[in-house]
Amino acid sequence: MGVVLPLVPLLAWSVSQKWFFPALLPPEASWRAWRYVLSPASRVSAALGNSAAIALIVTAVDVALGVPAGRVLGTSAFRGKALAEFLVFAPIIVPGLAVIMGIHVLFIRLALVDTLIGVCLAHLLPTLPYMVLVMSGVFANYDGQYEEQALSLGASRLRTFVHVTLPAIMPGVITGALFVFLISWSQYILTVLIGGGRVITLPVLLFSFAGAGDNAVTAALSIVFLAPAVLILLATSRFLSGESAAMGGFGRL
Amino acid sequence: MLAPALVVIGFIFAGGLVLGLSQSLGYMPIIGERGFSLRAYAELVARPGFARSLGLTIFVSVASTVAAVALAVVTALTLRKRFRGKKLVSFVYQLPLTVPHLVIAVGFLLLISQSGLLARAAHALGWIRESSQFPILVFDDLGIGIILVYVWKEVPFIGLIALAVLQSLGEDYEEQARTLGAGRWQTFRHVLLPLILPGILPGSIIIFAYVFGAFEVPYLLGKSFPSMLSVLSYRLYIDVDLNARPQAMAMSILIALFVLLLVTAYRRLTRRLMGVRP
Repeated sequence: MGVVLPLVPLLAWSVSQKWFFPALLPPEASWRAWRYVLSPASRVSAALGNSAAIALIVTAVDVALGVPAGRVLGTSAFRGKALAEFLVFAPIIVPGLAVIMGIHVLFIRLALVDTLIGVCLAHLLPTLPYMVLVMSGVFANYDGQYEEQALSLGASRLRTFVHVTLPAIMPGVITGALFVFLISWSQYILTVLIGGGRVITLPVLLFSFAGAGDNAVTAALSIVFLAPAVLILLATSRFLSGESAAMGGFGRL
Repeated sequence: MLAPALVVIGFIFAGGLVLGLSQSLGYMPIIGERGFSLRAYAELVARPGFARSLGLTIFVSVASTVAAVALAVVTALTLRKRFRGKKLVSFVYQLPLTVPHLVIAVGFLLLISQSGLLARAAHALGWIRESSQFPILVFDDLGIGIILVYVWKEVPFIGLIALAVLQSLGEDYEEQARTLGAGRWQTFRHVLLPLILPGILPGSIIIFAYVFGAFEVPYLLGKSFPSMLSVLSYRLYIDVDLNARPQAMAMSILIALFVLLLVTAYRRLTRRLMGVRP
């Protein structure tokens, strides 16, 4: 399987130095890149904090807005539903760069550029439609009768939601949340455009090291950047069978 | 309950497109431009290299999608069988789904550039003497490195959908085809493929549209001239000359319009072919 092939040089470079062509193996091991990445003096820890904060805020907003919206689109029919679906799902296929470039002027006027909040707002564009998509898939297969039974037996709306609805949709919510976290975590160009080089996230830092040609630090940073992705896959691979919400939603496009 | 999500997406998405459109038409009060004209579009299309950028973008998108779909179908056919170590293989197979594009672009850069790991291996095997003898696979004319990254990323995306379709089909169709005397290739070509294709087409369209407008990978692994359209539009946008900005917006609008048209046409087509989907 060639899948792991491009990951090999990342691991090797992160612990090497003076590794010039044509040496197949690094001449000497070195922890320089890792010492730099882990040292408090480098900007890595700040970037890591920014990346995590942005991705967490974005995920929380996505869940809060996406679950109810997904329920409406997944369970009910109403006038103008086709238009609503078009508006909600179009950002999944229209490139975010094209859209955010247009709204940049407005963000400047609203003083949202160079701020964490502005970057979070921009990240909602590629993530929220995805969360709604996943949740509408979940709710399309959801049986609302249990809720009615709970309500008719005297349970309050809140109790019904916590004890009946939530357990039923939880796997979908978790899968959706983990994936929108990753989409936000991986975002580069929207962050640069709205963050204006002030909001430094991990990918922004990674890009500047890749551009500067420091292979060892770039490789080490790539591994730090990659870590949550692998952890999330470990957590979700069992959900990712064909019938799961995350994949099933795409059939609706 | 739909309203909050609709408002947020509407504000950013529709707002971005409307503001982008008006700026592409030359409406930029900041620099005192309040008229509307199609000048930016004309200038953009007349730019030297625009046609090559467009050609490269179409080539990279088509090549990535076709290669990813082909590999996905082949691997899905293999993966649906039972074998030892299937759990581990499945995990590795799904790994690209969650790996950020940027990470894998760096990985490919260190792997296939002229001083990359493959070039070193070729040298160790005596196939080449100098790094310049290794084929140019990144920053190249055809966007090979870009295509490789997208194929690597998207194979499991299509593959898992194909796998789900195959599993839901069971083996009955194949057995019937075999009983009727079809060979392996005939069974695949006339029975399995027509059954899988409708399932993986939406995913393929998503990939095509994604690669068509994606930025990071072509920015990192692509040649600066001609560049892919999204990179061109970003370069125009950050140009110190403010007159380039309407052209950047025009580029964005054209990309968005093309992608939307493509998907609408595709939906029309599938509706006509298969009746209205539920």
